Amino acid sequence: MDNIAGRKSALSIATHLSVLFLVLLWLIPTVGLLVSSFRERDQISASGWWQAPFSVELTFRGRASGTPVEEGTEWVVSGNIFDDAEVRASFGDGSGTVTGFGTRGVAPAEFPAGTVAQLSDGESLVVNGDGSFKFTAPADPGSRGQRVYFAAKTPPQFTLANYRQVLTADNMDRAFINTLTVTVPATIIPILIAAFAAYALAWMDFPGRGLLIAAVVGLLVVPLQLALVPMLNLHNRIGIGQSFMGIWFAHTAFGMPLAVYLLRNYMVGLPRDIIESAKVDGATDFQVFTKIVLPLSLPALAAFSIFQFLWTWNDLLVAKVFLPSNDEARVMTVKIADDLLGSRGGDWGILATAAFVSIAVPLVVFFTMQRFLVRGLLAGSVK
Amino acid sequence: MNPLMQGIVTIFVGVGGCVAYFYLSNLVLDKVIFPAKGRHIGRNINRANKWRPWLFLFPAIFVLGLYLVYPVIGSLVRSMYNRSGDGFIGLGNYSTLLASPDFRTAFFNNLLWVVVVPAGSTFFGLLAAQLTDRLSWGNIAKSLIFMPMAISFVGASLIWKFVYAVDADIGLINALRAALFGSDPVDVLQIPFWNNFFLMMILIWIQTGFAMVILSAALRGIPEDTIEAAIIDGANPLEIFFQIKVPQIMPTLVVVWTTITVGTLKIFDIVYAMTGGNFGTDILPSYMMSFMFRDDGRATAVAFVIMLVVLPVMIWNIMQSRKEMR
Repeated sequence: MDNIAGRKSALSIATHLSVLFLVLLWLIPTVGLLVSSFRERDQISASGWWQAPFSVELTFRGRASGTPVEEGTEWVVSGNIFDDAEVRASFGDGSGTVTGFGTRGVAPAEFPAGTVAQLSDGESLVVNGDGSFKFTAPADPGSRGQRVYFAAKTPPQFTLANYRQVLTADNMDRAFINTLTVTVPATIIPILIAAFAAYALAWMDFPGRGLLIAAVVGLLVVPLQLALVPMLNLHNRIGIGQSFMGIWFAHTAFGMPLAVYLLRNYMVGLPRDIIESAKVDGATDFQVFTKIVLPLSLPALAAFSIFQFLWTWNDLLVAKVFLPSNDEARVMTVKIADDLLGSRGGDWGILATAAFVSIAVPLVVFFTMQRFLVRGLLAGSVK
Repeated sequence: MNPLMQGIVTIFVGVGGCVAYFYLSNLVLDKVIFPAKGRHIGRNINRANKWRPWLFLFPAIFVLGLYLVYPVIGSLVRSMYNRSGDGFIGLGNYSTLLASPDFRTAFFNNLLWVVVVPAGSTFFGLLAAQLTDRLSWGNIAKSLIFMPMAISFVGASLIWKFVYAVDADIGLINALRAALFGSDPVDVLQIPFWNNFFLMMILIWIQTGFAMVILSAALRGIPEDTIEAAIIDGANPLEIFFQIKVPQIMPTLVVVWTTITVGTLKIFDIVYAMTGGNFGTDILPSYMMSFMFRDDGRATAVAFVIMLVVLPVMIWNIMQSRKEMR
């Protein structure tokens, strides 16, 4: 074992580092979204989310207003730019540090703070780092004040404003409830149907059983794109149309092959003795199923419910086809993909927040139920 | 009615209906049709037991037949009709598709997806599974790599939109490029051909966790003595991995590969949310959705092409499961 033992420490450090690298690679995109969703919208476009803890240089505009005082041949206006009502609206009571200023919107930080800017008509302006300014003009400038643009360092701001906006103003609350409305029945109803079928396929003997199991395995991979047009037409013909009723049916059916397959695989592995002795004692199949097999299959049932929940919650395709595309019936994925991405493509704060609202519930389910999920995955694919 | 209320009612009606169906149908079978009493008690019990499996199976077979078997035929038939559905045009839709450069792009891209995504996910999954295997914090690492599984494709697309954004103050890639090479920002989603790989990366990011979890269980299942024997024979870690471990988990690798392949063929969300199929990134499912609600004939034809691509995997799956049952 020398060759392994000898290298062990170097190798294990390399392992730790590469796993750390992988984990970071996998985590960073999501962290970026989370951080962005809590940032002020101006700050998002001014600096990357990885700079979120640092102050951000943003540009503002205000007026260097005040009462002009005649000093010799000149008129002087002085004051502090942070006292200006327009500036205060974006700064609140906190003050920032001016890094540069200018009088033209196209070059808002033309002059570094503290330098004297010579303007046209013999006017001059100086804005210092603390915001105090001095404006001089050869004639009485009036009290309106000179337009000033400036760049200032603003402290990092984290806010819930994005969440407030997404949840109240953007109909996302409605979409959240719609998603929930689609998901819960579509998760619960298939379980029972599938459990009975899985029991029959696992523990009852009848001609054609093998064929049916093969059919279920085959149906597992049928692309559901095939079902979209014929089933939507059928729904329209029988009067369901595009509605919640229709999407519940669709999700129930599309989840069925996996449900039957997973549950059958699990039930087949249950100890034969228990089931046979129950039958010898005179239990009917119905009793064996409800009193023995169903309780013993709880882990598999849980695993499937998690799958189905995640799948229906995250689904975009089925919702786009089987639900009407108005705001009353939109689920979150459709809302984000069709509405927010289209009309507010540049509003990164809203996008990040909406995305995070939509993935929050699955993440909670995922982290609390991970054990069952893993077990279910393994039951399905490892023999 | 408020949809939420409707949902709650549906749960009760659905679950109650299922319970009632299974209970009552069994009751009717045992008490009314074949009562376990009288002269033919033995024959009746046997007959009831012969019918019972079909009672248990009926609801599942019904929904499967209606929503998954009927559409295969329904789509095939519909794809032979024209746009309005009243004129039979045989393979007309298919020949229109074959003649369209957009379809060929989508088809070619889809093949690329089917090769790259399973390969990438399995590779990273195997790597992560092997590396985290003996690590003290391996479970935490695994659960973090597994996490994207829970995120919707739309959510994942948005997450990666932040990574790919052109603006170097938002997009991580362009920020890194600017910081390291001082180069101008590019829109990676508009680079011809390579933009497909940036989209595939998103799906690989999602599916790696799935591959990792399954392969990690398979790696644990390898008998220790085979590895010890290899160590004694002087194999180095790489040789152990490639010549001892990988061959032993080959069947699982194939299962993972095919599962991801099938999953890949169904994805339309990522392309739809990221590029809308523009810049030459269309794949068959998103190409199909561009005809959905507009031209059912062509939409079903594309769907059927997807079915044809899946068919080999389906046959292989069925053969595997038959083999296992014997």
